[in-house]
Amino acid sequence: MAQAKLTFADVSLTVNVPAGTRIIEISEKIGAGITYGCREGECGTCLTRIVSGAENLTEPSALEQRVLKENLAARNDRLACQCQVLGGEVTVRPA
Amino acid sequence: MTPRATLDLPQMAGAADAMQPVPVADRVHWVGALDPDLRNFDIILRTANGTSYNAYVVRGSTGVAVIDTVKQEFTEPFLKRLEAVARYDELTTLVLNHLEPDHTGAVPELLRRAPHLEICVSPRGVQVLRALLKDRFDDYAVRIVRTGDTVSLGDQTLRFLTTPYVHWPDTQCTHLQDQRLLFTCDLFGCHFCDARLFNDRVGDFRFSFEYYFEHIMRPFKAYVVAALDLIEPLDIAMIAPSHGPILRAHPRQYITHYRRLVKSRLASEVGDQKTLLIFYVSAYGATSMMAGAIYEGAAENPDVRASLFDLQIGEFTPFVDLIEEADALVFGSPTINGDAVKTVWDLLAGLVDIDTKGKLGAAFGSYGWTGEAVQMVEGRLQGLKMRVPEKGLKIKLHPTDAELEDCRDFGRRLAAHLTGRMQPREVDFADL
Repeated sequence: MAQAKLTFADVSLTVNVPAGTRIIEISEKIGAGITYGCREGECGTCLTRIVSGAENLTEPSALEQRVLKENLAARNDRLACQCQVLGGEVTVRPA
Repeated sequence: MTPRATLDLPQMAGAADAMQPVPVADRVHWVGALDPDLRNFDIILRTANGTSYNAYVVRGSTGVAVIDTVKQEFTEPFLKRLEAVARYDELTTLVLNHLEPDHTGAVPELLRRAPHLEICVSPRGVQVLRALLKDRFDDYAVRIVRTGDTVSLGDQTLRFLTTPYVHWPDTQCTHLQDQRLLFTCDLFGCHFCDARLFNDRVGDFRFSFEYYFEHIMRPFKAYVVAALDLIEPLDIAMIAPSHGPILRAHPRQYITHYRRLVKSRLASEVGDQKTLLIFYVSAYGATSMMAGAIYEGAAENPDVRASLFDLQIGEFTPFVDLIEEADALVFGSPTINGDAVKTVWDLLAGLVDIDTKGKLGAAFGSYGWTGEAVQMVEGRLQGLKMRVPEKGLKIKLHPTDAELEDCRDFGRRLAAHLTGRMQPREVDFADL
């Protein structure tokens, strides 16, 4: 299975994950500072700053795009409960 | 059932439901509702003399705006007051500064009677409005407004300020520039019911004002500061919140008072050091030994000021003040009957009134059989939106010398996380 490296800058931890993993699946397990609320892409609580590797994430769905906009998200912010890591290296931190 | 005594209390002067619209400024009327019998608000607040749901109507030369509404059960008196100052076909704008049910309960009925209204909400407000209106949402004209956006009512102009998290993500304020009147919804509000409405006429509401801040605004202090930064430069002659007295006498004093309330309650003596607080409860002394060793390890770091507290001895209120200012919180609990002890839960429950997001958290404890307490406390710390990067430390019965050294290492690692000196690590998903 394809692998990716997902780094959580706020806790200095890199996790080797299978492609297709959602960021929140890992952030919660390792106790990173990315928080979560509804887990369904509605509340915007898990807003995450993509420090690098944004091109290695799935494109935002229409729902995610709407929630990002309504939560005044920056251009390099994504929802940890929605986006999946496709491969390569991605570094994130709480927005 | 004992009949309710009928008293001519100021909360109910003229009987709450029969109260007429009250002029607030030139062509601005209060059309809200009084709820003198409420004794508990949102479960968390005691309301010793009830509350009010303030809503307003602003008439301009070409339009009429309604600013917020009331709790659902007060829809009829609210609409009666509204009808006394405007016809439904004259209304042009509905401003919803905050969409909690106590301010939007009358929205569905108002929209049924005036479906042509343009609804002005903040970017996050639209999310709640969608949930409120459900499949009728697309039937209405909804406008998302941000700081600086305006609505013209002809000779009166409403200007919006996006002020999120005071105290919901959707909150905003609306400035009626021409009259120097600021509608703040919950900001500067309080649960104090008095039909005399204005702060220079009502009873003593100082306690209610501070109590409201303590429980509603305190968890969002950083956002209150951001809101005050936007509000302070405005020309303001009156602050009209959605609960409690309208602040027409010395409104600036309330802004200054909020500035005081958001400040640290404790004198800062720690300089650039990071503060790490260890709270513990111990049944047989084992968790206490662990706490001491973790403290020793953390305190080795000169950039960390570590402190150790026995929770069974301390008073909770000062602990909460201390925790609000701290950078890291470490909780130790033995496992008793498969759970962390009540004293720890009580303190953790009390943290709902402060902002703990992003603080470093950790848990530890000694146990006899199962040791679930540590994981349970970690879950609560994550629920408080803290980062918990170190797996909790559990030791069966009393720690050996080697295990005490593990505790010191635990403290050292927490200190490294706190000072940004934790060495990068790499793990496999399967090992998590």
